Amino acid sequence: MSCITRLLAVVRKEVRQLARDRLTFGMIVGIPMLQIMLFGFAINTDVRHLDTAVVDQAGSQLSATLIADAEASQVVHVVRTARDSTELQERMRRGEIAVGIVIPADFERRLQQNDRSAAQLIVDGADPLILGAAQKLTQMELQQDSTLQQGDGAPLFELYNPYNPERRSAVYIVPGLIGVILTMTMVLFTAVAIVRERERGNLELLINTPVRNIELMVGKIIPYIIIGLLQVSLILLLGRFLFQVPIVGAIGDVYLATLLFIAANLTLGLVISTLAASQFQAMQMTFFFFLPSILLSGFMFPFDGMPQAAQYIAEVLPLTHFVRIIRGIMLRGADLLELLGDIQALALFTTLTLTIAVLRFHKRLD
Amino acid sequence: MSDDFAIVTEGLTRRFGQLTAVNRVALRIPRGRIYGFLGPNGSGKSTTIRMLCGLLTPSEGEAVVLGLKVPGEAEALKRKIGYMTQRFSLYEDLTVLENLQFIAEIFCLPRARRRGRIEELMEGFHLTELRRQWAGTLSGGQKQRLALAAAILHEPQLLFLDEPTSAVDPQSRRDFWERLFELADNGTTLLVSTHYMDEAERCHGLAILDRGVVVADGTPATLEAGINAWVVEVESERARVARNAIAPLPGVFSVTQLGARLRVLLEREIDEPQGYIQAALDQAHTPATSRLTSAGLEDVFVAATQGRYRGGSA
Ligand SMILES: Nc1ncnc2c1ncn2[C@@H]1O[C@H](COP(=O)(O)OP(=O)(O)OP(=O)(O)O)[C@@H](O)[C@H]1O
Ligand SMILES: [Mg+2]
Repeated sequence: MSCITRLLAVVRKEVRQLARDRLTFGMIVGIPMLQIMLFGFAINTDVRHLDTAVVDQAGSQLSATLIADAEASQVVHVVRTARDSTELQERMRRGEIAVGIVIPADFERRLQQNDRSAAQLIVDGADPLILGAAQKLTQMELQQDSTLQQGDGAPLFELYNPYNPERRSAVYIVPGLIGVILTMTMVLFTAVAIVRERERGNLELLINTPVRNIELMVGKIIPYIIIGLLQVSLILLLGRFLFQVPIVGAIGDVYLATLLFIAANLTLGLVISTLAASQFQAMQMTFFFFLPSILLSGFMFPFDGMPQAAQYIAEVLPLTHFVRIIRGIMLRGADLLELLGDIQALALFTTLTLTIAVLRFHKRLD
Repeated sequence: MSDDFAIVTEGLTRRFGQLTAVNRVALRIPRGRIYGFLGPNGSGKSTTIRMLCGLLTPSEGEAVVLGLKVPGEAEALKRKIGYMTQRFSLYEDLTVLENLQFIAEIFCLPRARRRGRIEELMEGFHLTELRRQWAGTLSGGQKQRLALAAAILHEPQLLFLDEPTSAVDPQSRRDFWERLFELADNGTTLLVSTHYMDEAERCHGLAILDRGVVVADGTPATLEAGINAWVVEVESERARVARNAIAPLPGVFSVTQLGARLRVLLEREIDEPQGYIQAALDQAHTPATSRLTSAGLEDVFVAATQGRYRGGSA
């Protein structure tokens, strides 16, 4: 006999326990706030103001212009001048500077000849982000060069960057951050849900009642779905007012996609819950899942840059699909139909994990 | 035939790795009675109860509970049985009332009856004042009353109580047993595990378990009558000295001191037990009186757990 009262009873019980668990409650609000501050303010992949030293052997007006232009790009910040390139490399080795600019004595002649580069850029390329930034500088130099020859200031080519014109990383990061935060909290909450009952001895009573597996599982999920949606709203609001992150697509689509993603994470948490013997183990397993999610999903590093094998693994992770979906909706204004493949992948993942959780959970102690 | 019995088991066995926690247990527990499981720690009481509820799968053997085979038909059984676990298993961060409401809803009690039943139980178990208190903050006796109330909320035909009165004062224990008898009078079958002799004595029938084996079973009276040992009581001012004189004697297998008295268990083969003991005391120049007495349940328990209950006669 099915009985809706039973499902509601489980939901009500979870909500009551949750409301009394201050630590968990703090996590629900605390994690999104902390993460958005961290990623929004502290972590910035758009590198600026690299400490730079200059060797200006030309000492001409043109070389002064070049240095001024380089500083105006905000990529470099000239902190000192050096005698020669040996000193430059010495300082770089000691970590005092990240970039060195060498302008040779025959700088102006080189500019005219056009077959050799006029000046030299020495970069601490150990950090790929810095290298990338420095490469932007060489582009700038090219524009200088052409200005000089053509005289009318027409650039060689123009960079077209319609989705994030100011190259603000917050705009790109916040949508993905929704996925990261949900993965972190949702999996963890449900992963400990059943383990906690076992540890506290409640399970022995619970499995001796007529409650069914599916009622127990779904009943435990529902409160967290609502919490997940609240978290998303919080992130969207913070993103909007702190970082002016736009939502180009439909807000309804954002919530629908998120709802599916929340479900995927919660059911995964349930599977972990049936596998783990203690709350600590559940936490370890969650972390084991969380790490590849963050690294491989395309949230941190571009998906296309990863080796084939890593891409296959990434395809299994719900976060990979969600990052694609949510960036599609929020940044490019795509609608759900255009992202159908990733949505199907999430739906499949959810169905599969819920089935596994229900099958794996036995109303037995052995 | 099996309708007369609430529980019938045959060769019920449960192993955990090398350890045989329950070993070929055969039980016939009649309906409407209080049946006791008496046994020391680790003797397999909880394991047996868990198998009967369908929570553990037996390694071997069969069990039929209320006419249903377990663990196969355990789901159908859940509505008909109540189980009060050894460890408090209600939610400590829910209040008394919330816990009872949760159980009532989980058992799908009709909405109209839910309220009345909860009120009735809170009244009967003196929980009304505590209704808004978190279950985790209740005292031991209060927790135990709440746990029993929760276990009988859906009016089960069969109630399993696993050491329900550990951590409860004697007065509360008496009250608690009053309720158990009330339930039995109303037709409920109860299976109670305990280490207390006085509780075992209250049961209609009982089984003594030792290391997973039923070493004795019957009513308290038949168990006492059927003991395969002599019981001699010794009274002495110097009980410890008397004890040292008696304990090494061949045929003496248990000496228990109770203040100035000693309870001595001897093998049945000894012809004149009282004279035998008295002679040993006199020889040790220990002033003491001794007399042959009838066995109590504790003597049966001691004899049975030392393998002396059926040792000679059976
Ligand atoms: N899940 C398990 N895994 C391994 N061994 C177990 C398990 N459950 C019980 N045992 C062992 O089975 C034996 C019987 O345990 P059980 O809990 O049935 O004893 P008990 O009679 O209820 O004892 P107590 O009076 O202390 O509650 C013990 O030796 C115990 O260590
Ligand atoms: Mg036990």
